[in-house]
Amino acid sequence: MEKLLKIDRRIIFIFVALAVTIPLLFRFKMSVPPTRHVISMYDKIDSLSKDSHVLISFDYDPSSKEELQPMARALLHHCFKKDIKVIGMTLYPAGTGLADKAITEIGDEYGKRSGIDYVFLGFKAGSSLVILNMGEDIYTAFQKDFYGKKTAGMKALKGVSSLRDIDYAVNLTAGGIYEAWIVYGREKYNFDLGVGCTAVMGPEMYPFIQAKQLMGFLGGLKGAAEYETLVGHKDRAAAGMAPQSVVHVLVVCFILFGNFIYFTTGRKK
Amino acid sequence: MIKLFITFVFSILILSCTSTAFAMGGGKSEFQAFDTPNDSGKSITLRWPSSPGESDHVEYVVYASTTKNGPFETEALRIKSNDMYEEGSDSSYHLAVVETDKLFNKEASDNGSSIEYFFKLVKVSNLDSTSIGVIASATPKGNWFNSSRLNNFIILIIFSILTLCCIKHAKKVPGLFIRKIKGLDAIDDALGRATEMGKPALFVHGLNDMDSISTIAAINILGRIALRVAEYDTPLKVSNIYPIVLSVSQEVVKESYLEAGRPDAYVEDNVFLAASEQFPYVVALSGIMTREKPAANFFVGYFYAESLILSETGAATGAIQIAATDAFTQLPFFITTCDYTLMGEELYAASAYLSREPLLLGSLRAQDIIKGVLIGVIIFGAILATCGVDFISSIFRPG
Amino acid sequence: MNFFKRTIPMIIAFVMGLLMAFQYYVPHESSQNLLKVVTRWGMIISGFAMFIGAYSLFHMHWNRIRQKVSGWGYSIFVFIGAGITIIFGLLNGGEFFWNDKQAGTMFDWIFDNVQVPAGATIFSILAFFMASAAYRTFRARNKEATILLIAAIIVMLGRVPIGTMISQYIPVVADWIMSVPNLAAKRAILIGVSIGVIATSIKIIFGIERAYLGGGD
Repeated sequence: MEKLLKIDRRIIFIFVALAVTIPLLFRFKMSVPPTRHVISMYDKIDSLSKDSHVLISFDYDPSSKEELQPMARALLHHCFKKDIKVIGMTLYPAGTGLADKAITEIGDEYGKRSGIDYVFLGFKAGSSLVILNMGEDIYTAFQKDFYGKKTAGMKALKGVSSLRDIDYAVNLTAGGIYEAWIVYGREKYNFDLGVGCTAVMGPEMYPFIQAKQLMGFLGGLKGAAEYETLVGHKDRAAAGMAPQSVVHVLVVCFILFGNFIYFTTGRKK
Repeated sequence: MIKLFITFVFSILILSCTSTAFAMGGGKSEFQAFDTPNDSGKSITLRWPSSPGESDHVEYVVYASTTKNGPFETEALRIKSNDMYEEGSDSSYHLAVVETDKLFNKEASDNGSSIEYFFKLVKVSNLDSTSIGVIASATPKGNWFNSSRLNNFIILIIFSILTLCCIKHAKKVPGLFIRKIKGLDAIDDALGRATEMGKPALFVHGLNDMDSISTIAAINILGRIALRVAEYDTPLKVSNIYPIVLSVSQEVVKESYLEAGRPDAYVEDNVFLAASEQFPYVVALSGIMTREKPAANFFVGYFYAESLILSETGAATGAIQIAATDAFTQLPFFITTCDYTLMGEELYAASAYLSREPLLLGSLRAQDIIKGVLIGVIIFGAILATCGVDFISSIFRPG
Repeated sequence: MNFFKRTIPMIIAFVMGLLMAFQYYVPHESSQNLLKVVTRWGMIISGFAMFIGAYSLFHMHWNRIRQKVSGWGYSIFVFIGAGITIIFGLLNGGEFFWNDKQAGTMFDWIFDNVQVPAGATIFSILAFFMASAAYRTFRARNKEATILLIAAIIVMLGRVPIGTMISQYIPVVADWIMSVPNLAAKRAILIGVSIGVIATSIKIIFGIERAYLGGGD
């Protein structure tokens, strides 16, 4: 019995692998009721009028793609459905490929054109400095878009000269850049900001939500699935809810089982 | 000096109050235009009383001109009549900000700060349009102090003075008490173990760039560790994810070796850029830990999802592991897998603790005093707020 | 030498630190222009620093190969991977790098089919490690640990749809745990950290903390 406490971790890994693959093979649907922070982001974008500007900063790389890309796609569906102009950018060098793919794919679905209905500004080095620079003048921070087109005079940026003119900004992040967006962006240039982040970072957002520094928050794959439900376009995130649920239950079972053995054997010694 | 400071703060307070009072003054029923307070001088605020029958179907349009007699052809603002009410006016006034640099051509906006702008308010419904107010004018002016951030400024000044006073006091009265921080005491043991085993020590920077104070704190700790490592003659490997952090780390380690009188022992390649992305960084470091089996691992700075993978791999190789982070979501992972973990502000106290320099220790006392004051304010504010008095929250309102 | 290595950097830290701290309180156009210039400098420095990073990476791996240190074979893959990616990046789908970025190039293919799945795989390892760590270390050793364990189970179930299927109250309780006790503790840490950040900044600006310049004090 005691040996079970020192079980080879690879056995645990096998259980986790099975818990992920079996629900993926035998798909079963689960309802995903939206929570208040997701609803508040949805409501904010939904309240914007046609031709408003939403900035999405795709601050993640391929490793966080599975959690954050579905969020990006759901947000883009919502924006394009409402004819909102999307300004995409990234502060991660490896974020360009994912961001470009998401914007062009979803944009094509709605017949949107680059430079007119949306613009993807690409990557710029400097993290918080880029945000500060955009707060003063978006055209000096990004003189050209990802495809090399001049940003000055671009229809998708009409009426926008700095971050102050953005109607809503969403930072999809896998790292600490969201703090820079709050401190150097939202606090300094007064625009509404929402954050979508990996599940492991989720608890970090609560102080900012309560302080009303964040308007809307999507946490992990579940946040993305909730947004997909609200937009009415269930996709990869909703499909991922079944394996995620099973793995969570498995981890709970592991904890309970570990404690059971601990109490029946280990603790006595 | 103190008198001068009080006079300075007091005069700012008066100036900010007068400017706000001036801005909000004027007649009660008129269309007013005034320079927007606390801005760079590129906007004018318009204020006018609301009127009956405001709805989604009725709009307010404001036209602008640079001469009093017009023509008023440039549309400066168009809003629904039931929108943009002044905060705290109980919907009896509208308040809108017009950015003057976007109104006219570039030449006019280049001289924007000296131009007087004239505005004409028109109420438009489906049937007719009515000019409802007299023409108002204002000249935008840049402000040299943002009075809405006065509270923040005062707190900054008080904190700075307190910190400097505590440092000065610590200089006079050395031997300040500082509680034991086991994780920092264990650094010497960890380095000693690495020396005995003839294995390197690995210093892993967090995932934030040089603009993060946690990275600067990590660099401070690195400086202290590098000095000891140089004395012990143990190889120290320092991994980085950002090139600027890399440059600074190289310089810090090199200087430490120089100071220890061992410049020959410094190997440039030991302070390296492992990768520039989060998980490639993890893979590179896991590879180093598995292949080279460092005897001591230091995880210092701000970490994200990679914390558990790094520390779990390190634990599997049998290294002594010390983590120091202010990333509270990662603390449980480090506590579970590392031998010692410095939590939150301990990261910032580490440099003072390791050096025992009175000047640095003095700042810790200032931190404690400020924390005590904040605890008092929070408790007092919570009691007042419970009684329905929001006095404290209005003092600390962000500008 | 000490003048260039110590005094000048400290003067720069003092002047720039004070300027940028006060810049936050000055909305005037000249203050905004200063910020614009400084952020541009920063962006340029960040851009050039990337070359330093690349140099460090290649220099280290080249030396590993040259000296045939243990595991030197892996370093070859750094050059192969970087070389192939750089070549296809510069080729830009036959249009070369001086033209606008082309869509659907070999570079994009490498990104989609090598970097994306490799990155996602590493991230997914986290789930395995978490399960293993939870099994080995999460014990109800005492009263506090038991409370922690119960809270963790509620939050874990409340964060996935299955929690709602078990009981509609689980997500509500999970949200309460996150928004009240969790938030209270996090805010306390955050306040402590923020005070530490301000104190460290003051020490650096006034030249009291010099360890970041290297060589102790």
